[in-house]
Amino acid sequence: MTAAMQELSALDRSIINRLQDGIPVCAAPYAELAAELGTDETTLLQRLRALKGAGYLSRIGPMYNVERMGGAFTLAALRVPEARFDEVAGIVNAFPEVAHNYRRDHAFNMWFVVAVADAEAMDSVLSRIKAATGLEVYNFPKQEEFYLRLKFDV
Amino acid sequence: MSEALATATPLDGEALEQRLIELTQQGLPLVPHPYHQLAGQLGVSSEAVMAAFRAMQARGVVRRIAAVPNHYRLGFRGNGMSVWDIPDEAVREAGREVGALDCVSHCYIRPRALPDWPYNLFAMVHGRDRDAVHEQVAAIAQILGGRVRSHDVLFSTEVLKKSGFRSAAT
Repeated sequence: MTAAMQELSALDRSIINRLQDGIPVCAAPYAELAAELGTDETTLLQRLRALKGAGYLSRIGPMYNVERMGGAFTLAALRVPEARFDEVAGIVNAFPEVAHNYRRDHAFNMWFVVAVADAEAMDSVLSRIKAATGLEVYNFPKQEEFYLRLKFDV
Repeated sequence: MSEALATATPLDGEALEQRLIELTQQGLPLVPHPYHQLAGQLGVSSEAVMAAFRAMQARGVVRRIAAVPNHYRLGFRGNGMSVWDIPDEAVREAGREVGALDCVSHCYIRPRALPDWPYNLFAMVHGRDRDAVHEQVAAIAQILGGRVRSHDVLFSTEVLKKSGFRSAAT
């Protein structure tokens, strides 16, 4: 167990563990979960607000699959000369379609996720990033996904 | 359709789903009856809202309704993108094996970009620190054995942008 986990109460840990498995679609989902966890609805809601506020939970709710909604995602990378790194980061981040962008310790040193509501717009966004940065944009769209719910037992 | 008619038409089908997606961008309301609250905001019945979520789950538009832990906040400070060059004919099975490991959150087959980028299997590996991630990557290399032509692990050293947009896919 990490130090961060040790800061959490047994109830908070059981809440995080249980709610990763799902929130039911029913009239009073939190009351149902609270009963399972041996607490009450008011306490559960209060702890969820606190855990979200403190950043232990990044989201509580539906996880949408953009591809099933007609949109598209891709992972793209750039090899940015070190001297231009900040400038290029500014250009890339200014694209509203760029959802996340990370510096990584590799020759391919900038990795970002591009999300578009209409899958047909993807090529145009990547071309515009190439034009704006003057750098080759390496596009790594997923071809197959082995998605297993990540459950952190805390 | 006139605006008066549009407002008179009850929300259903895709229009209702679209509104629910918009209303839950920040998550499900943390109130005793969250689906009723959404129904009230849209002027539809709570049954219609719950039916819409069940339908979206059945079609895979909603992967799941759940809490998502922030692994970084929980002390998993080492997050490495491990990348693997696996022969095409073996990559699917390798992906299934790697994706099933506890330390791996996401595993994808992606195209190579030869000659610069030989890797076709990406697996996000989480551990308490970089050493833990390196150990996990070594364990994965052992599992994959002779199927691995080469591999690497890239650590993020800086978050340059993180928008509010969230999906289970990233």
